[in-house]
Amino acid sequence: MAEKTATLRVYRGDRESGQAVDYQVPLAPGMVVLDAVHSIQAHQAPDLAVRWNCKAAKCGSCSAEVNGRPRLMCKTRMDSLPLDQPITVFPLKAFPIIKDLVTDVSWNYEVNKKITPFRPRPNVEWKMDQADVDRVQEFRKCIECFLCQNVCHVLREHAMKKEFGGPRFFVRTAALEMHPLDGVDRIPILRNELGLGYCNITKCCTEVCPEDIHITDNAIIPLKERVVDQFYDPLTMMFRKIFPSK
Amino acid sequence: MRAAIEALAQGARVAVVCKSLLGKAHTVMAEGGLAAAMANVDKADDWRTHFRDTMNGGKRLNNWRMAQLHAEESPDRVRELEQWGALFDRTAEGEILQRAFGGHTFKRLCHVGDRTGLEMIRTLQDRGVEMGFDVFMECTVTRLLKDGDRVVGAFAYWRNSGDFVVFKAKAVVLATGGIGKSWKITSNSWECTGDGMTLAYDAGAELMDMEFVQFHPTGMVWPPGVMGILVTEAVRGEGGILRNKNGERFMEKYDPQRLELSTRDVVARSIYTEVKEGRGSPHGGAFLDISHKPAEYVKRKLPSMYHQFKELADVDITKGPMEVGPTCHYVMGGIRVDAETGQSSVPGLFAAGEAAAGLHGANRLGGNSLSDLLVFGRRAGLAAAEYAKKQTSPPIESAQIDHAARQALAPFECSAGENPYAIHQDLQEVMQNLVGIFRTEEDLCRALAALEKLEQRAHRVSATGSRVYNPGWHLCFDLHSMLTLSEACARAALARKESRGAHSRIDFPKTEDEWGRKNHLLVKKGEQMNLFELARPSMPAEIQQILEESK
Repeated sequence: MAEKTATLRVYRGDRESGQAVDYQVPLAPGMVVLDAVHSIQAHQAPDLAVRWNCKAAKCGSCSAEVNGRPRLMCKTRMDSLPLDQPITVFPLKAFPIIKDLVTDVSWNYEVNKKITPFRPRPNVEWKMDQADVDRVQEFRKCIECFLCQNVCHVLREHAMKKEFGGPRFFVRTAALEMHPLDGVDRIPILRNELGLGYCNITKCCTEVCPEDIHITDNAIIPLKERVVDQFYDPLTMMFRKIFPSK
Repeated sequence: MRAAIEALAQGARVAVVCKSLLGKAHTVMAEGGLAAAMANVDKADDWRTHFRDTMNGGKRLNNWRMAQLHAEESPDRVRELEQWGALFDRTAEGEILQRAFGGHTFKRLCHVGDRTGLEMIRTLQDRGVEMGFDVFMECTVTRLLKDGDRVVGAFAYWRNSGDFVVFKAKAVVLATGGIGKSWKITSNSWECTGDGMTLAYDAGAELMDMEFVQFHPTGMVWPPGVMGILVTEAVRGEGGILRNKNGERFMEKYDPQRLELSTRDVVARSIYTEVKEGRGSPHGGAFLDISHKPAEYVKRKLPSMYHQFKELADVDITKGPMEVGPTCHYVMGGIRVDAETGQSSVPGLFAAGEAAAGLHGANRLGGNSLSDLLVFGRRAGLAAAEYAKKQTSPPIESAQIDHAARQALAPFECSAGENPYAIHQDLQEVMQNLVGIFRTEEDLCRALAALEKLEQRAHRVSATGSRVYNPGWHLCFDLHSMLTLSEACARAALARKESRGAHSRIDFPKTEDEWGRKNHLLVKKGEQMNLFELARPSMPAEIQQILEESK
């Protein structure tokens, strides 16, 4: 009996130019897309560039667009895809291509620096209730795969990388703001530097999150409420109009 | 990263060079927790008990001073992480919660569900960024540069462009992790090719205890694509039970007292033996069952295990057992370092974590690796910064740089040579089959002969394509590291004619007192690997006494 195979249509190229190339890959039970890409490397194209580390959905390195959907390749099983047609594997669209499936995600590390890190309130007692910790731990699950950044239309279609921080960094800010012992106010940063207002809560980020973080409902919306409370409370606004600070 | 943070705190200028993106290192795979005698749950715990557990777990081959420092300092390192923003699971009183783990007398592992490593790496990353370390991501060091005896820098290349870069440094700390990628069934990521150990070895440093490779008892065994992926020991810490195909709880036979929470070497050998004697699960493993616990509890305490099995193996662990078997996980051996400072035998070169040897002896206890990184990362960073302050800016000869560049480009010169992936695959077969859990003189000799052949093939290895982000070319460097350390492991394993901890010789099944008094060192002389025996340092009476006390 002939070995069962699948066709992978993989983007090959760099910043300037590239094209999709078809590869035949033998199938094995339980195989994931990353296994198929590794098989291409080992037997057909040793210079095929792909970023990966743990192969267990814990490091968030192997993000790509599989059949047009942003996913972790290590978590996408071949048998969950229609194998009678080529499976397309393309790099993340929102970031500049370095080569093949590898993109330049360094912008994310720059945005991260804008966020004031954890600072405990003075003289806190280091005790916390599990219930208070629970909601922050949801955000701390983030593995920085940047799929949410990739799918967010503010970044993907409008490329507003200067004005906007993206869902990943709203999640990080939410984790800090809701830390039971934190003593910093990051609401001005959210409004002025991370451009939280540009998000119009379409929930695309939540849909692609491999860690099932409820990005929109649990992080972004509560943060938006805090911005509104601080900057757009009608009474405060009126007070500011009557008594301008300068 | 803990070393970088400490060196920054000492006023040094610090560059962090990492093979992957920042925050992606293998630490994210550490699941179960961080061992520290905080006594939040079991009030009777203290550093002495932790010290004793570590020494006994390591079959007393550990460096006693490292085991002592580790046990004494871990609780402070955990508190420090919390003060930098880490959020551990809590007790009812609001303190850091601790769970049971194999070989630990008390509930000792501070944890965050089953993703403790991620919490730790993110916390350190944020702290380092705040303090202002310079990070050089996706940059691989291929050679350390020396001025006479001392290390004065590193030669590296950028993955993104393939261009070379030279780092001048008064001191270098290696925190490069383990060597698991040389085995076929492994829990380790692509990074774990032992680069730091090989860099140190090539620069003249001593490797120690390389025969001790830990096989974690529970990796996934089915389907083939996920074989080897780690199943956290926390499953057993939370009450998971191991059974064979006849439904027998076989650990009753091998370690009736500690059962599933015996040390990793014992549990791994037990599963291996059950399978070998025909009592394994359908795919050649054992059954690990946590489904007797409430489903909600399992999902809360072991969320990533739940998802991992559900998505990759179609198994709901709240309803039925997992199939698990041993997977290569950790190397206790590594660069020989000074206990207090992490300095190697080469001036200016320091090491910490899995890259260094000594703390874990012949077998590591679960949870001791994360605390190892914190305790000895801090110490190495501190000592490296102090050492650097006393040094003048080093000269680097251009001849060394030219040589390193030529070496790095050699695979492109060799057209139609060997495929690096094929050599890697063959290497994994050799190590898996001949240098595995159970070893014999015959197998080890065959392994050494096979490794020599692979070494010759590796000289003719070729890379194709451009220098930009080229994994095939990259694997050529990794092969040099993996082959060097595989040889070190096989040589040391052949020389140790006894069984101890993770090193089991079928032809020498007993643990011998005489062997407990010495470690193996491997040193490069010319192109030759030389093996020496080193008498273990003697313990002061008061420390010896702690060890002999029974609870």
